[in-house]
Order: sequence, then C-alpha cells, then structure tokens
Amino acid sequence: MNRNASAPSASVAAGAAARPSGWRLAVPLSLVLLLAVLAALPSFAPYFYIFVVTEILIMGLFAASFNLIFGYTGMLSFGHAAFFGMGAYTTAMLLLHVELPLVWALLASMATAALLALVIGFLSVRLSEVYFAMLTLAFGMMVYAVAHQWRSLTNGSDGITGFLLRDFGLGLDLQLADPAVYYRVVLAVVAIAAAVLYLITRSSFGLMLRAISENPERVAFCGIDVRRHRLAAFVIAGLFAGLAGALFAPFNRVASPDMLHWSQSAEPVLMTILGGAGYFLGPFFGAAMFVLLETWITSYTEHWMLFLGIALALLVMFFRRGVLGTLLDRMLRR
Amino acid sequence: MPSIIAALLNSLDIAMLLFVIAVGLNIIFGVLNIINFAHGGLYMLGAYFTYTLVGRLGLPFWPALLLAPLAVAAIAAVLERLVLYRVYGRHVTDSLLLTFALLLIIDEGVRMIWGSGIHVVRPPELLQGRVNFAGVSYPLYSAFVITSGVVLLAALWALFNRTRIGRVVRAAAIDRDMAQTIGINVPAVVTGVFAFGAWIAAIGGVVAAPMRAIDPGMGDKIIIESFIVVVIGGLGSFPGALLGALVLGLIHGFGGRYLPQINLVLPYIGMALVLLWRPHGLLGRRAAA
Repeated sequence: MNRNASAPSASVAAGAAARPSGWRLAVPLSLVLLLAVLAALPSFAPYFYIFVVTEILIMGLFAASFNLIFGYTGMLSFGHAAFFGMGAYTTAMLLLHVELPLVWALLASMATAALLALVIGFLSVRLSEVYFAMLTLAFGMMVYAVAHQWRSLTNGSDGITGFLLRDFGLGLDLQLADPAVYYRVVLAVVAIAAAVLYLITRSSFGLMLRAISENPERVAFCGIDVRRHRLAAFVIAGLFAGLAGALFAPFNRVASPDMLHWSQSAEPVLMTILGGAGYFLGPFFGAAMFVLLETWITSYTEHWMLFLGIALALLVMFFRRGVLGTLLDRMLRR
Repeated sequence: MPSIIAALLNSLDIAMLLFVIAVGLNIIFGVLNIINFAHGGLYMLGAYFTYTLVGRLGLPFWPALLLAPLAVAAIAAVLERLVLYRVYGRHVTDSLLLTFALLLIIDEGVRMIWGSGIHVVRPPELLQGRVNFAGVSYPLYSAFVITSGVVLLAALWALFNRTRIGRVVRAAAIDRDMAQTIGINVPAVVTGVFAFGAWIAAIGGVVAAPMRAIDPGMGDKIIIESFIVVVIGGLGSFPGALLGALVLGLIHGFGGRYLPQINLVLPYIGMALVLLWRPHGLLGRRAAA
C-alpha cells in the first residue's frame, strides 16, 4: 500500500545535516560541562538524587540502544526489554553463583544479550516493519514466559536476589556498595557506551542504517543486503540494552521477570518519543524527563500509565520530533 | 481416549475466541495497513461492559451481547476519526505507536474505572450445565462459543464475498486511490472497517466474559496470542486466521494437558518454527511484505 511508503518521519538525517558553524563547539562544550557536573554530583547532592540520576543514566542507555533500531533504522521494536532483562539476569546470576568481578559480569551480559538478539533478530527482521513490531513483542513475551516457567534457573516470579557487589575488577579498588561509587561507575560505563554508540551512528554503517530507514527498497537495489544490516543493528542494540540491564540489576538489587515484560519494553519507546528520535541525545533527554515525571506523578496517582499513553498519542500526533528534537530544530534552523 | 477428546474440545473454544480477535486484526490490516495493538483492549472493553451490564445493572446476557459491542464500535469509530487518521500517509511506525498509545490508555483506563481485581460474569441460564459429547462431559457454554464462532466465520465469509459492502471494502483494501476515483468514500470505509473490527473484537470479549476471568491483563494476553495466530496463519489472510487459531488452540489444549512444564513457551516455539519454515505464515502471500 503506497500511503505508508512516503517520507519517514523518524528521519535522523535532517537534524544533523544543516548545523550552523556557531553551534559546532557549543554542543561538545556543554556535554563536557554536563559530564563534569554529573561526576561532581555526589559531593553536593543528597542520596535521593544520586539514585534518580543513576536510574536516568541506565534508562538513557537502554533508550539510546533502542533508538539505534528505531530512529536510525526505522524499525519499531516492542520487545527491547528481552535484552535488558537478559543482561540483568546474567549479571545477577554471575554475581550470585560465580562471584565474578562486576566488569566481567557486564561483559558477559553484553554477550548473552547480543546472542539472544541474534536469535530473535534472525526471525524478526526478515519481513516488513509491521511484522517486526508484532514479532519483537511476541518474542519479548516468550523470554518473559521462560523466566516465569523455568523456575530451577530463574527462580520464577521471585527473580534473582541476594547477590552481592564485591570488586569491580581490572585492579580498581572501588567500594561498589556505596551508592555514590556505584553511580560514578554507571556514569563512566554509560558515557563510554554512549560514545561507542555515537561513533557507530556516525560510521558508514550508521549512514547505511539511515538510508535503510528512508527507503529500504532503494538501498536493496543498490546491492546492499538490507536484512543483514538490520540484523547487525538489532544485535548491537541488544548488546547495549544488555549492558543497561546488567547495570540495573545491582542498582535494583533484583533481576525479576517484570524487567522482561512488554510494559518494560514500552519504556524506551516512550523515552525516545518523549526526547526525540531524531537526535542522538534525544533518548537520554527523554529518559531524564520520563524518570523525573514518573517520580513526580506517581507520588500523586498510581495511574501513571494513563498519562504516558495520552502523552505518547499527543507527541506522535503533534510533536513527532519529541521535546529535545523540537527545541533543537527551532534553535538550529534560526 | 476421552482425555484426548476433552483436550480437543478445550482447544476448539480457545481457537474460536482467537479466530474472532485475529480476523478483526486482519480485516483492519487489510484496509488500514496497520496492526492495531489496541485490539486486545477493545476485546477487553467488551468484557468489562458485559460485566457492568450483566453483573452490575442486572441485565440479562443477551441484550449485553448486542449493546456492549455497539458501544465499543462507537468508541473505535471516534478514536479512528479523532486520533488515527492524523498519521495516515506517515511512516508505518507512527500508526503502530498510536495504537500502542491507545493500548496503554485503555489498559490503565480499565484499571481506573473497574479496579485491578478479577470480575466474574455467570453464563446465561440457558447455557449453564453440561452436555455429553463422545463420552466426555462438556460445558454447554463452550459448545455455544464454538457454535457462535462458526456462525461468525460463515457470516464474515458471506459478507466479504457475497455482498456489495464486501466488494467495496475489498476494493478499498486493494487500491484505495483507485477506489476513491471510482466514487467510493474511502475515509468512510476506513472508519467503518475499524469500527467493524472493534465490534467483532468486542463480541469476542462479551462471549469470553462468562468463561474467562475478567481482569485488566486479559487484553494484553489475547493480543499477543492473536499476533502469534496472525504470524502462523499469514498476515492479512482470512483462512490463515482460522488455521492459525486452530493451531494455537490445539497447542493450548494439548500443551496444557500433556506438557504443563513448558506450556507457556509452546506457542512461541510453534511460531518460531513456522517462521523458519514459511516466513509469511502457512497461508500468507509473499506479496504481504
């Protein structure tokens, strides 16, 4: 049907293309400033805010990994929590049973999540975007069902608890049990991961993904294997989602099936739409808004999902570029 | 042997319910080219309206079977006119996002209005009790579900293949520009089809109300199962919806009885196998991609 083949609205290319020269230094400079403030946060902010910002950073990485397949490749996944949860379970189990240093648990989580993404992706990227949305949701819920039913491995609905953070590894002497220290570890890992993700989006591979989201048929005619590129993007996205989940499990002190449920998959979708899929930092910005709004609204009402649904509908209808996207579009085009 | 027949009969009423939901998904996909993530929510609204009409207001079951689906169809028509139409012509992900937003709104709205607990509706007096079938005692209500599924199947087939309305809808599904050119009011057809799909889903919800627990998770549960049905049968295929529903019904009926330790995962394994063997589903056309 031809009406859906017209201009993709999730275009990432538009924002980055026409950037006036005055802004070229402003963005990296403000990022460095932001990182410095974030690194110094524990020295002046109370623990409550340390927890909030830790969650924002982890969820921001989760949303940014989702945006590699959504904003950049043009495929909407409703099953991204499968990889987040896979990372969380891997780290929780390794810390509980093997007592590995954290850094090795993180790396192992990335590997298991990427492997799961390879299997699910292989089955899901072969057909249209519509199939992809359905299949990722269904396979995501499959992982949820496995976590529920395979009690001997996953401890069923109770999840994995009682694991301890010992050392970080790599010869670093860090008191990970201290929330301020764990926060700084999260900040460093997320910053490195975000930098790697950013480089991927700016590489020729990233450019190809954007071309695929604009017009997959045309890219295929040029002799490019669209399916393989989509699968590669899906695996990379799964890998970073696994890292986010691996950071989240020690923070949350539990890896539970809730982390695999479709409502968990909805979170990176909402964060990305909220912030804006068109800019690399959009999902991080969206995650910050999401976590702050959640903290604020859930103190008044338990029906916070209703607000999310209405916000998502309004954003998709009227502000498709998201909050950060709309703001930056205004500033950069003036 | 009786246990096999019991499993078979159990499979059939689940299959009929899944067919009713999946066929609505397929009809909407055929004309609007979107997968309605809120379809399970509309089914759930049908069940909750039945609870309010029958369980709260004390109405008999039969008027509820008429009223609840009409109310849901009206809601769906309004949603299509006010919300969905805004993203026609945009990238397909936008319409997926919008129906997903509707799913969140309906889910949480149901929790707000009716609470998170489980509600129960009793079957109508006429359909209480059991029948004997091939030596197996079987609830009369399940026999009613299977019969109504077959009636709906026949009615839908006749509607799409034997009436003028069916031809108009099929024309709009095949080529909406051409349909518009020859004088079909395509926007009205689109609204009508969306409302019609919701109406069918709500009938499923009303019929499900007396045999399944009514809770806020019922919509999510059925939509994921319907996706499996649609993927197994082939997206957009009417006979595919029936075949997929039968396959998944059998997986449930027999898996729950003979492989209870992995019964939750079996539907997905079935779906993965079909995807490996026939990516477009058992009866799907290649062109569907």
